[in-house]
Amino acid sequence: MSRGIPAVVQLQHVDKIYGNGVVALRRLDLDVGEGEFLSLLGPSGCGKSTVLRLVAGLGEVSGGRIEWPSANGRAGLPRGDIGFVFQEPTLMPWATVFKNVLLPLKLRGVPAEEATARVREAIGMVGLDGFERAYPRELSGGMKMRVSIARALVTHPRLLLLDEPFASLDEITRFKLDNDLLALWARQRWTVVFVTHSVYESVYLSTRIAVMTARPGRTASEVAIEAPTPRDEAFRTSLLYNEYCRQVSARLAEAMHS
Amino acid sequence: MSDVETARASAPARPRGLDIGRAVRRVLPPLVIGGAGLVAWELVVRLNQIPYYILPGPLLVLGTLVRDWGTLYPSLLVTLTITGAALLVATVAGVLIAILFTQSKLIELSLFPYAVILQVTPVVAIAPLIIIWVKNIPVALLICAWIVAFFPIVSNTTLGLNSADHNLLNLMQLYGASRRQVFWYLRLPSAMPYFLGGLRISGGLALIGAVVAEFVAGTGGTQSGLAYRILESGYTMQIPRMFAALLMITCTGILIFLALTALSHLILRKWHESAVAREG
Repeated sequence: MSRGIPAVVQLQHVDKIYGNGVVALRRLDLDVGEGEFLSLLGPSGCGKSTVLRLVAGLGEVSGGRIEWPSANGRAGLPRGDIGFVFQEPTLMPWATVFKNVLLPLKLRGVPAEEATARVREAIGMVGLDGFERAYPRELSGGMKMRVSIARALVTHPRLLLLDEPFASLDEITRFKLDNDLLALWARQRWTVVFVTHSVYESVYLSTRIAVMTARPGRTASEVAIEAPTPRDEAFRTSLLYNEYCRQVSARLAEAMHS
Repeated sequence: MSDVETARASAPARPRGLDIGRAVRRVLPPLVIGGAGLVAWELVVRLNQIPYYILPGPLLVLGTLVRDWGTLYPSLLVTLTITGAALLVATVAGVLIAILFTQSKLIELSLFPYAVILQVTPVVAIAPLIIIWVKNIPVALLICAWIVAFFPIVSNTTLGLNSADHNLLNLMQLYGASRRQVFWYLRLPSAMPYFLGGLRISGGLALIGAVVAEFVAGTGGTQSGLAYRILESGYTMQIPRMFAALLMITCTGILIFLALTALSHLILRKWHESAVAREG
């Protein structure tokens, strides 16, 4: 990463060994800089999702450390500052869009009036105005994913973790959501860690890509994508984009055979 | 937001009211079969001149039902009261036991086998003991009906409480939810369809339990339920009345099932796949 940007979270020599003996990560080092859009790119099963889960505090590291340097010297995980979007929309089917997005605020005991305003704001951000009272089953796959993103944004997180969020969507919907996510990021400038197995998606979205090896995962190389933001469809067909895609593909091939 | 607009535009205009034609097509075939069966029954009885104390025809049964309504109706109320109370206790106790089971694996492992034992032991076999031990007959009957009815609620609700989406559980953990919050916001709603499925089975079983227990108790007098009316009619060769009482029990069972199905639909219709009409 370009030095000088303060890190939000640093993973140092992190190992993760699961109870069944599977070594998911070995000596993984990764710095996530304030305000960057970092993609973790790697083959299936390389431990990309494990990295996100560890950062989110949904598991313990088996070795190494996760540091939060800018958390004002406070130890531990600044839980309130993390938003997580899973591979699946992971919505409560019995609750309306409004109540699904409200959940994180309700768990924290945010007063109703403030919570309502923030839920409306988050729903508006992902373009679902007017769907507050719809149930998840009435929505398309892309719309469910938008609800999931709204729920992650409603707490105003400083760090947004996305675990292959658009992998199960069709390409047209995925492009649309990529663009909307980029536009939101350009406005809000949270720090994003985005897990994907798509070279093209990672180049299009990221300011930096960390390429991971096959299991046990560690970062093999990093590529900074120095293209101006905000990006649009023109970028998808530009020479620069193609050049980056070629470069990142080569790095990925290298990583898988190292 | 192209995908949003597409979805809005193609939102299906589902007919809200009752589709009469479809309802008739669904109800007509079983009615025709039932009617034909009744006619055949009446004809067999009349043509073969079968005496009423062997097999009464449906018309005679219906006539008896009307004539003996004054005796049968209070008995129906007695049986219904026991059934309803047993179902209520089974629901409350069943849900509480299921919640206890999900609090600790140890509790579930220790107690679940006994719930199974209670379930597989024929109630006819233990009813006499319970009637001996418990002096108050209605309470004894209630206990018998409860034993038969509570298991589906316990096992289904336990399954439901344990089947919350684990990514949602992760999400709850991420936002620092307390155990109580996880229970109220996630586990309980997840268990709802399972619980309602168990309740539907238990409704019928509570009635069966109540009737079986009444048979075993065999108590007469004003406090006697429909099962005793059947026994009594058998002793006195009033076979048409026996059929009439049986008919009342069957209809009661069907009504309980329909009522619980409607309740389940009412609660789940907004979101659960089982209650959502398929389109196209």
